[in-house]
Amino acid sequence: MTTLDQVKIGERFRVVGFTESDPSLVARLREIGFAEEDEVELLYTGPLGRRPLCFRLNRTMIALRMDEAIAIEVEAWT
Amino acid sequence: MSALRLALVGAPNCGKSTLFNGLTGGRAKAANYPGVTVETRSGHFVSPAGRPIDLMDLPGIYGLNAQSVDERVALEVLQGRVAGKEKPHGLIVLIDAALLRTHLHTVLQFRSLGYPMVVVLNMFDLAERDGMQIDVGKLEELLGVTVIPTVSTRKAGREAFLQRLDQEIEGWEEVEPVVEAERSLKEIQMAARKMASEAILYEPPMNRVTRAIDGVVMHPVAGPLVLLTILFLMFQAVYSWTEPFMDAIEAGASGIGDFVGASVTVPWLHDLLVDGVIAGVGSVLVFLPQIIILFVFILSLEASGYMARAAVMMDELMLRVGLNGRAFIPLLSSFACAIPGIMAARSIDSERDRLTTILVAPLMTCSARLPVYTLIIGAFIPPERVGLFNQQGLVLFGLYIAGIVSAIIIAFVLKRTATRGSSQTLILELPTYKLPTPRDFFLNLWMRIWAFLKRAGTIILSTSIVLWFLARYPTSAGSLKESYAGMIGGWLEKLLAPIGFNLEIAIALVPGMAAREVAVGALGTVYAVQGGEENTAGLAEVLQSAWSMPTALAFLAWYVFAPQCFATLATARRETNSWRWTAFMFGYLFGLAYIMAGLTYHISVGLGL
Repeated sequence: MTTLDQVKIGERFRVVGFTESDPSLVARLREIGFAEEDEVELLYTGPLGRRPLCFRLNRTMIALRMDEAIAIEVEAWT
Repeated sequence: MSALRLALVGAPNCGKSTLFNGLTGGRAKAANYPGVTVETRSGHFVSPAGRPIDLMDLPGIYGLNAQSVDERVALEVLQGRVAGKEKPHGLIVLIDAALLRTHLHTVLQFRSLGYPMVVVLNMFDLAERDGMQIDVGKLEELLGVTVIPTVSTRKAGREAFLQRLDQEIEGWEEVEPVVEAERSLKEIQMAARKMASEAILYEPPMNRVTRAIDGVVMHPVAGPLVLLTILFLMFQAVYSWTEPFMDAIEAGASGIGDFVGASVTVPWLHDLLVDGVIAGVGSVLVFLPQIIILFVFILSLEASGYMARAAVMMDELMLRVGLNGRAFIPLLSSFACAIPGIMAARSIDSERDRLTTILVAPLMTCSARLPVYTLIIGAFIPPERVGLFNQQGLVLFGLYIAGIVSAIIIAFVLKRTATRGSSQTLILELPTYKLPTPRDFFLNLWMRIWAFLKRAGTIILSTSIVLWFLARYPTSAGSLKESYAGMIGGWLEKLLAPIGFNLEIAIALVPGMAAREVAVGALGTVYAVQGGEENTAGLAEVLQSAWSMPTALAFLAWYVFAPQCFATLATARRETNSWRWTAFMFGYLFGLAYIMAGLTYHISVGLGL
């Protein structure tokens, strides 16, 4: 299973679900817009240690830390 | 006719404040909630049909799962659970038309509360310019509520919106809200995505301008350079562009002082007004130009959408020292003055991170310390060259660095001890770049300046009067030394003697409680009094003969931490809503100042300086 902390810049992915280890984190991710079937792409990474991660979610841009991105499961966009 | 109560709700960055300011003319009453720093604003306007409306602007939130303080407050207001605040009759739900797909579930969450509502598809023109095509009728049909496409930055857009609103609000006060059956967030999202897919006829890729700017601004190498350039410009502006204005305010204050001095003949009243009120308040007002420039920069960065990028860029660095990317701007502001810095910490939603930020903010070298540094460095550090650099400049730079390094260490320690707790998250949306609208910009600028003046002004006025009293009385006192301030200085001296401070320094620190740079004037007073009328030599020369080098260095070290600024403490008290944390802040700053000044003194003595 691929999670969003492992993806490379420029590759498109589809959200398939969330690792349910931290329900309050998942709720926050859902509220800001992440949902099943959404299109995500890593656009930029921060200057220090390639963190945090900036994603395109549909037409929005959202920055996540590694331990937040790890909660989002994705598969290659086809 | 009694006013209809409407609440304005929506996600952050959807143009909510712009619509609010446009409808109410910016005349708003801000309210803070007890214990938290979430601010809601209320305003009043009359609709075209003559209907009086009370409009409440709630904090920008993505939903109602009560994850953040903002969400909790919004939910409590909407459910009528806040004392003294009546439930609204209906909602105006805003959504950025360009982000319809991602944000529609927010609208469904608000709909579930059962209030009568209209949905505003805001910034419709920008979405259309991007190439978005939305079937508004279809969306209305799917949502079951009226959807109004609007451009809230334009007067025509707001007027058209109001015409529609008038038709909708008929009979809203009679509606008893029926809360929808609870659904999981996932179910709500799936329903929203399905609606969005049906209502969106064409959805283009992301905004091109934003992508192009971010290609540079978010670049791992170019991005930090852009940030550094902006910061450099900001500091340049704060420190060098403001000088003529600050001189003008100083001249104005002393002019008013002279005028009042000449027209008031009762001696105590004369002294109270001239030395207490006008000089005291003037000493803080002199920083107003710097604070205005600072706010102009910060507001432009916020309104354009860059601020979120700066927070993201700095996040990892700040995280490693125990802070949060969002703490970057508050700490930056603190270089001008800790008061706006501490107030700006409100944007940090993690309560613990906010507290850490407030606690270390006074360690950033504020501009009130500069006159003190300049005086002592000018008097004691020879202007020799060390390699490429001037030794005086190096010492000044070193003092700034000492403040920053201490802040890092303190934050690191605090994060593991006093402010340990709930894990912090970033999860930050980066808004599309926008040109700030002048009306919002100046309204916000004015609101922040006013907040500073009110907060700094009231506390400064009262401390100035108290300190003036201490320095002037009892009336039998012939000099500052024999006044109450002198007596307090006398007690303080016993405490401060071990770190190399003499009686004069101890006395000067007492009026220095009002604002740090007041200590310079106080030193002048103490030494002038001591030397009698014939002592006209510059203060720097007097200090050179009166102080040893170790004492001077210890004084500099003291000022890196310098706990004595009433206005900062009062602001910290207000923002933390806790005497305990305020006392903690004072205590740790005092302890550090004492230890570091003592170390500096004894090491310098040991080195034979």
